[in-house]
This record gives sequence, structure tokens and C-alpha cells, in this order.
Amino acid sequence: MSTRQPYDGIVIAAPVTIPYRRYSTNTAHWWVGRAVREVLQRAGLKSADIDGLSLSSFTVGPDTAVGLTQHLGLSPRWLDHVPLGGASGVVALRRAARAVQCGDAEFVVCVAGDTNQVDSFRRMLSTFSRFAQDAVYPYGSGGPNSGFALITRNYMKHYGATREDFGKICVAQRDNALKFPYALMKKPLTLDEYLGARAISDPIHLFDCVMPCAGAEAFLVCREDVAKGQGMPAARLLATIERHNAFPDDPIQYRGGWVMDVPELYAMAGVTADDVDFVQTYDDYPVICMMQMEDLGFCAKGEGPDFVRSHTLTADGSFPHNVSGGQLSVGQAGAAGGFLGLVEAVRQVTGESLGAAVPDAKIGLVSGFGMITYDRGLASGAALLAGGNA
Amino acid sequence: MTEPLVRPKRKNPLKKTRVPLLPQGVRSRTALGLTEAAAEGRFRLQVCADCAAVIYPPRDACPRCLSARLPFRDVDNRGTLLAETTIRTSTDVYFRERMPWRIGTVQLDAGPSIVAHLHGDLREGERTRLALKLDKSGQAIAMALPAEDTPNMADDPQWRELTCDPKFRRVLITDGRTAVGQALAEACSKAGASVVFVGIADPWKPFPGEEKLRKLERVEIVALDLTDTISVNECAGEYAPRVDILINTAEYVRTGGIIERKGLTVAREELEVRYFGLTRLAQSFGPVLRARGADGVNSAAAFVNLLSVYALANWPAYGAFSATEAACLSAAQSLRAELRPGGVKVLNVFFGPLETEWYQAVPPPKVAPSALANATVRALQQGLEDVFVGDIAEDIRARLAVSPKALERELGS
Repeated sequence: MSTRQPYDGIVIAAPVTIPYRRYSTNTAHWWVGRAVREVLQRAGLKSADIDGLSLSSFTVGPDTAVGLTQHLGLSPRWLDHVPLGGASGVVALRRAARAVQCGDAEFVVCVAGDTNQVDSFRRMLSTFSRFAQDAVYPYGSGGPNSGFALITRNYMKHYGATREDFGKICVAQRDNALKFPYALMKKPLTLDEYLGARAISDPIHLFDCVMPCAGAEAFLVCREDVAKGQGMPAARLLATIERHNAFPDDPIQYRGGWVMDVPELYAMAGVTADDVDFVQTYDDYPVICMMQMEDLGFCAKGEGPDFVRSHTLTADGSFPHNVSGGQLSVGQAGAAGGFLGLVEAVRQVTGESLGAAVPDAKIGLVSGFGMITYDRGLASGAALLAGGNA
Repeated sequence: MTEPLVRPKRKNPLKKTRVPLLPQGVRSRTALGLTEAAAEGRFRLQVCADCAAVIYPPRDACPRCLSARLPFRDVDNRGTLLAETTIRTSTDVYFRERMPWRIGTVQLDAGPSIVAHLHGDLREGERTRLALKLDKSGQAIAMALPAEDTPNMADDPQWRELTCDPKFRRVLITDGRTAVGQALAEACSKAGASVVFVGIADPWKPFPGEEKLRKLERVEIVALDLTDTISVNECAGEYAPRVDILINTAEYVRTGGIIERKGLTVAREELEVRYFGLTRLAQSFGPVLRARGADGVNSAAAFVNLLSVYALANWPAYGAFSATEAACLSAAQSLRAELRPGGVKVLNVFFGPLETEWYQAVPPPKVAPSALANATVRALQQGLEDVFVGDIAEDIRARLAVSPKALERELGS
């Protein structure tokens, strides 16, 4: 297989989070509009300067990205729609980076935003995919909770992970979230509270689940010299990977597409897993975090439980993980959940953290995972970011 | 081990009857191949005609070789339950009132992994048999059963949602003067029905088999004349709220084609008994059945039509009869859609010539009334929607699947 070209000279700037709300009477368009406006303000740009737009949203229908150009008054020459849920942040970045690198666009705004109206989550579940409609939703209609319960159950049985191990991940993220102003979860979480929570779909319990909410996240992709010219702090993109429907013959998911590409990720960046200062995994459920610790090379397959037991996972710990609290504590604002870790990583390496700052954070690893259309997450991706001096 | 069902207590008439709700019944067109298999109790999945890959969920391109030739074929239903979960929270109103609900991932020996409902006697890691069943929405779902039968397994609550088991249900057999009606009364009584109402027109007139019928356990004779709208309405007024399974055994068998009938008297009588009889039953009992589809252990479950297999293709030796049966089949299809909101199934039992006086001149093989009755009860216990009883019925079905035109010529020669 041919190796891909490096992403030299590409940076990510103007990280934006529009504070989440549990429910919103506004539309996805409203949330996306606010995020794009804030990117422009932070970058000192006008709408006319934006020549690239990448949109991720589940609730913007019946519109797509092109409808949003007219809605927002943008005239980009490069346009993308990334309906990849939890992988949308990394994938939007990877594609935008290539567009900028090749000169197809100078300033690409990548934005993800979703609303959450009182009944919108339920309505989305039954129509999420054709396979969900034909082969998942009629089976108890447990939504992603029951799908991931099966994956979690299988992982626990094979690798000896316990609820305490998953609890440690969730409790550490809550600690991080308490310092992050936009987190919806404001109360501390103890391991006992985690273990004592009500069962949702065994072995998934309440604090293993994200809370659907409304919100938006966005960032700007441009060339490093252009960002310098604008006086914007920016994170360099060292490497990034994307993979879909990896290992289709695994009877039940115990690994993700990262396994296929992670050697190239580190090789392209010229770093190893040991050089990474903090990790933002995609945390729709804690078992997926553990799977990413293995598949992204921090420990071998099956050693995830021991790895979690031997580390502290808070922002000031031995393995800083989901340092703004992740979706488990901040909330899952639809496709913006796939941007949350990336946007926070940009803040961390550029020294703009709003909450708990990882001490001396130079290199961050961001991972994305999404779209359980039948029995497993199909999309995976990862990116290595570095601050200006790394 | 499955807890045996307890006979339901008499219902408090002041209590609200639970409104029937349905699980989501929307499917892609391709996935309806599973529904077709489930309707007849077969286990069929798509098998690629080019590379033999067994495919699930249903697709329109083979994920191994991209072939578009993906017919549904009988497949080995054995596998292993890899992982299970007990769902305790659902966004769906049907499942919300049936929590907790178990599902699991089954790896079939034939290849694919299937998310399935779980029978209560099946545990994680065990071997399993998968069955395709119709749920209350009328669409196919997969259910994983223990590898071997277990005691009382038909009483499992998740399984009973999918079947129309006569056990502890109340059955109405609409015509007890026929041999088939009497055989069905016996079969339903044996299958554990709480009561079997047997309709008899003019019950003061004696009829063959009456003595034996009256001696059957839990059988109650009721006045019912299917050719009389007032009689059907009166019967429904008294019994409809207590009928969970209605089996229409009305029969009217006469030889001859359309020309040979010479006039409309016999044709009218035929329609009066069969087509209009069915219509009267549907209009008077249908609304009550539909409203009681979720009424506990003895919820309304099924409307059963006994249909000559010649409803599907006319047999000119019994040409006018075949046409009337076809009318009844068409009505049954409408009835299926009309009863679906209540989660009530319409079971069509297709049979060939019977071992009765009206088929005297027809050579064997013929179907014994008891065989037809037992097959009907089995179909209810399995929750089927279409069943073919006897060699002739199976033969007609097979030939029809190959060429309806060839079958028309063959039956007419």
C-alpha cells in the first residue's frame, strides 16, 4: 500500500464551543450559525474570507451543507458534509487539511452542531440507518445503549474488564469536567455512585451513558504561515488517519479501524505513543475508551483493564485522558460530540485551555469513532496535534 | 427454566383494557424476504448466488463479491450466543411496557452475526437455534431458542408475544357441524384452551358427531348461523369479548365449474356461507379482537381462515367453489391489514381435498379432518401466518412458485 503524503504546514485554529444545553428549542442551523460566527470573530475574518466549509450534523435535515451556505451567507469554493458522528471531527479535519494543502481553499471552517428537542433523539434512533431499521430497532429499541451493552459484555468476558475499571474512566472524566465551564454535569461523581447507578442495559449503567444535548463545536483549518499572519494561536497537524468498516468478519467488535493504520500515524508524525502528553478518546461508552487505549498503541490488546488500573486518568495524572470531561460529563451534542475532543486538544496545545490544563501539553492524540449502524461502530480516525513549539 | 403460565383470573370489568401497541414495523423492501420466510416458519437468509456468502442484515449487494443475486435460501439455524444484554430502558412505547427485555448477539455457524431476541432458557455462551418469527407489527424478527427444547418453553413471555398459542385462550369455532370443526374443537381442547365455543346453526337440530362434541372438555355449544347477520351479531354481542382466537370452519363444497352451475342459486348459497359468512364474522368480531390485542395472557391473538388451496389457483372440476375460496383469500388479506393495529394475526390454512363426503370422487392423497385440525393448532402455537396442509396443498404451492400459467393449464386439463 502506498504511504500518504505528510500534512506539513497545516494548522488548526480558533477552537470554538457554543455552551451546550440539555434541550433546545432552536434549530441545528441556529447552533451552527453561532459557531461559525464565533470562529470568524476569533480569527478576525469576514464571511467573504471563508472559502471552505465542512458541516457535520444529524438534525440539520432536510438541509445539507450546501443549503447551509445560503442560510449562512457563505460562498465557499470547497464544501464537505461529514455525516460520521463520532468520527466527524477527525475526518473533517483530515479532508480540510488536504484542501488547504492543495490550495483548493485557504480558510476552511469545520463545524458540527445539533439541536436536541424533546423527542428528537427517539425519532432519530429508528431511522438512524437501514440496518438499524431492519435489524436493530425492532429488538427492544434500546438504542445505542443495548448495542454497546453487547460489545461491553463481550469485552468484559474476554479481557477481564470490570465495572470498577470503567468506573475509574468515568470518575476521572467527571473530575476533569468539574473545571470545564461548559460541562453539563456539575456535580462530582464517586466510584460508589457510579457502581450504584441504575442499570440501563446490562452491563451498561446510567453513568456509562452520554447525555444527548444541543450544542456546537467548530475550528478553522489554514496554512501555518497564514495563521501566523493573522496572529492566531494554532495547533499543527502532525498526522491523521481514517478507516471505515474495518474487520467486518469479527463476529462481535473488540477492536476498531485504528489497528490497521496506527503505525502509519506515529511514523508520519515522527513520534511514538510515549511522546503523547494527553489523549482524547471518543467516549460514547467507557469500553470504547479502553479499546482505543489498546488500539492506539498505549498497551496491547487485552491489557486495557490493567492499563487503566495502573494509571491516573485526570488532566494532572499519569495518563491525562479526555481532559475537559468528554461527552460522558460535558454532554453529547449530536455530531458535535465528534468534535469535542479535537477542539479541546487544540486549546490544550495552544495554551488556551478553559478548564483543567495538562501540564506542559505539547502533543495531543485525538481519536474519533462513530456510526453504529448495525452491531458495531464503523468509522474510526485519529490525529496527532502539536503546539507551536513541539 | 421457564415458569409455567398461570391460568388468568377472571377480568375485572372496571379495569382499563390495555391499548395494543406495536413494535416498529418499518422494513426495507429487501428485508421483507425475512417476513416471507417467517410467515411460513422457515429460517431463510440471503445467500449469494455467486460466492455462496450467507448475508445478514439483508442487503442489495454482496459484501464479499458485490453480486446483486442474493436470493433467500434455507440456512442452518444453529449458532452460539456470544453476548447478551437485558434492556431496562427503551424509547419505544411497546417495549417500555414489556421491560426488562433480553437480546443478544448470535454467531451463526453459517457465518453472520445476528442480533436476536432471547428465549428465557438460553444463556450466554450456549448453543442456540435461531427462528424467524412475526412480531406484533407483522414483520420478521429473529429469536434465539435453547439448542434443545426445555419444559414449558412455549410459556416464555418473549416467545408468547410472537405466537398465538391456544393455551389459556378462548377459542370460537364457527361451525361445529363439519368434521373439521369437530376435530378442531378436540385439538384446541387438548392444546389447553380455557374454553372452546363451538357455533352451531339451529342447535335444536341433531347432527352427526354431536354426542362426542358435547363430551369434550371445556367445549361449549353456542348458537351461530353464519348466513344470518342477526345471529352472528347476537353471538358476537354475547361472546366477542371472550374470544381470543376465532377459527372459521364454515365450508361449502360443491363440484362443477361456472357454466355447469346453471343459475345463481348454488353460487349465492356458496357466497352466503363462505364470503359473506367471513364478512359477517369480521364485522362483528373484528373490532373487539383488534381492541384486545394486548389484554394479558389471554389477549386476542388470531383470526383463522381455513381455505382450500384452490383459492390460489382455480381447479375447474370445483371451479365455482375455487372462485369463492379466492374471494375469501382476498378478504383475508384485507383483514390482515385491518387487524394488524391490534397485533392480531390472520392465519390462512391452505388444504387440499379432505377425507369427507364432498370430495368422494377425488382420488387420494386427501387430508383427514384431524390432520387439518392438528396442523392448525401447531401453526397457532408457532405463530405462523400461512400454512399448507397435506401433499396436494404443498404440491400446488410448489408448482405455483415455479409457473402460475403452467399450473393453470395443468389444473384445467
